[in-house]
Amino acid sequence: MSHLLALDVGWGTTLAIKTLIVLAIVPLTALILGYVFLLKMMSHMQSRLGPMDPGGFHGWYQLLGDGIKFMQKEDIMPAEADVRVFALAPAIVVLSTFLVFAVIPAGPRLVVQPLDVGVFYALAVSSLSVIGVLMAGWASANKYALIGALRAAAQLIAYELPLVLAVVGVVIQAGTMNLQGIVNFQQHGELFGWGGIGFPLILTQFIGFALFMVAAQAELTQPPFDMPVAESELVAGYMVEYTGFRFLFFFIGEFGTAFAFAALAATLFLGGWATPWVHGTAADWLGPLVLFTKVMFVAFLMFWARFTYPRFREDQLQALAWKWLIPIALVNILLTGALKVAF
Amino acid sequence: MSRVLPQPGELPEVEVDPSALRHLADAQMNVELDTGDMVLNIGPQHPATHGTLRLVVRLDGERVVAADPVIGYMHRGYEKLTEFRTYPQITTLINRIDWLSSFANEVPFISAAEHLMGIEAPPRAQYIRTALTELSRIATFLLFLGEMGLQVGAITPAFYGFRDREYVLNLIEAVTGGRFHPNFNRIGGLKDDLPWGWISDCRGTMDKVLESCDEFEDLVAGNPIFQQRTRSIGIIPPELGAAYGVSGSNLRSSGVDWDLRRDAPPYLVYNELDWKVWTHPDGDSFARYWVRLQETRESARMVLQMLDQMPAGPVMAKVPRIIKVPEGEVFVNTENPLGEMGYYVVSKGATGPFRVKIRSASFSNVSILPWVLRGVYIPDVITILASLYFILGDIDR
Repeated sequence: MSHLLALDVGWGTTLAIKTLIVLAIVPLTALILGYVFLLKMMSHMQSRLGPMDPGGFHGWYQLLGDGIKFMQKEDIMPAEADVRVFALAPAIVVLSTFLVFAVIPAGPRLVVQPLDVGVFYALAVSSLSVIGVLMAGWASANKYALIGALRAAAQLIAYELPLVLAVVGVVIQAGTMNLQGIVNFQQHGELFGWGGIGFPLILTQFIGFALFMVAAQAELTQPPFDMPVAESELVAGYMVEYTGFRFLFFFIGEFGTAFAFAALAATLFLGGWATPWVHGTAADWLGPLVLFTKVMFVAFLMFWARFTYPRFREDQLQALAWKWLIPIALVNILLTGALKVAF
Repeated sequence: MSRVLPQPGELPEVEVDPSALRHLADAQMNVELDTGDMVLNIGPQHPATHGTLRLVVRLDGERVVAADPVIGYMHRGYEKLTEFRTYPQITTLINRIDWLSSFANEVPFISAAEHLMGIEAPPRAQYIRTALTELSRIATFLLFLGEMGLQVGAITPAFYGFRDREYVLNLIEAVTGGRFHPNFNRIGGLKDDLPWGWISDCRGTMDKVLESCDEFEDLVAGNPIFQQRTRSIGIIPPELGAAYGVSGSNLRSSGVDWDLRRDAPPYLVYNELDWKVWTHPDGDSFARYWVRLQETRESARMVLQMLDQMPAGPVMAKVPRIIKVPEGEVFVNTENPLGEMGYYVVSKGATGPFRVKIRSASFSNVSILPWVLRGVYIPDVITILASLYFILGDIDR
């Protein structure tokens, strides 16, 4: 693999390969999360089995069936809808997911684009989806969709802040915004002079990790922050008028983004692809697996909360962000900065 | 018409409270940002309305300005239909009024007919009736305990509710042959006796029910988000609730100590059991959840007591082959899971009633909605609807 990675091909070919990988990975991760958590973990938590009969291990063919079903569905466009905006909205939501994947490193050399402002970039493009959500809600010409979209906009903007502030502590400690650099820092870092297991930043940034998880949950509009899609009130919120393939886009966007945020959390706080004592070629091979395991662990936490908690009301949700999460994040930054200077 | 504004120099010097200025600025802001109200139709096809209730809600942002329930999408004309059927046939109809606790529906109608005929069911039949009524109460409330979680946004409790309710429905099915529509009461008793081994099965299930009540208490009622969403939301003051005709657990949650099982002229065997009426002083959505949770437990304990005290004997009194009810009028009301359920039966001596007026609980419970929904947020509309717990068949008949 190492020689393959070092293969000297033209930049066009590299770009094509990288794009293809990202294009393939987003739906794949969405499917994995959808199957493992939505179909199986949720079922078992609710003392039922989920789909067992469609075939494969625990009926995983169900996913293929669902995918094919979505493609077969008639693409309904509401008569009053703003056609172009309506059609474009799901694409923008998915696009933001694709863009996040471009900077997440899966190994020492396995990263689509190691940007120096990786953290900044990832958080910035992940919030692009709010534009798609607003477009979807507005263009649907449906009151439920509109309420859902406005709630989503208010919520995503409110939780963008704690999300970014939670990461600042990590950036201060690692001294770089490059995600690859942050992983390397955690791999080679030393814990009070002892480099046995590297230095996973969760050990010092546990507050940041908790804040990041809460804010990410809100960014994903998952329970307890699923006001925008609140099924018992708004039916499906901004997605209410979408059918077939366009709905599938939202679905992929939702789960792909869940995977992306889990990957970000794993990279920033849990050491990403890094395994202690493993370096060089072995890390190339092991990296993606290790990252995947960590991502699944983080995603498990996210979905656990999703299937357990009731949802906040809009005003309570805003109060949580502005009165609790942001002040705590600011204190965390202050403390991190002070300790960084002190030690 | 133009108003002459005072020029800056002419303004009198007064001490102004700065907070008042801030309110003034807010008020001005509100006038500038004033937008028209939006009318939102919740239902008749909406996941939160348990069927076909339609709420026409006028919204100012997320706040409800006025809410108007529109009912009648499921009206089936049962009061009229009863006039063309014989007494035994009518039980199949009234099974379908509150379809979650059909057995409990049958009891007041059958006892009304028994009153008019002067027949009394034998003690064993009374005990079985009471046990099955309480079992349907447990089934109904277990569904509520889960469903309420779902309406507040937690998916999982709903499945637990359905799962545990299924155990209870299995018991009802074992006796009556029907999960939903038992049609098991006869004038003068019951169709059959209990099947073999039912009593021990029932004991096991009641233990399970008590366990799952603990689970709901931890998972739903104890959840801080759930409490935040339901406490002091949708408060019904006791006098107002009583004035609107709200009954059952909804009224007891407002602190009114009133239960027909205890306070009505004695029916079934409730006065032979040791039990307690639960009330909660708050009258909010949480109180309604809490009271139903306690009542589920109380009912399970009552069933356990009845299993111990169950007398032997026949389950059917001597009744003529063709049932003709003598002339007369009677009103029988009982404490059903959703509240007070009553039948006013007028007989002219024929095989069927001359007129039946059905007083169903949900109809009156829902009538308070315009009052209680005023000024709440949309998410609260859903939790209040869920906590009032109505069945569309019980509203529309």
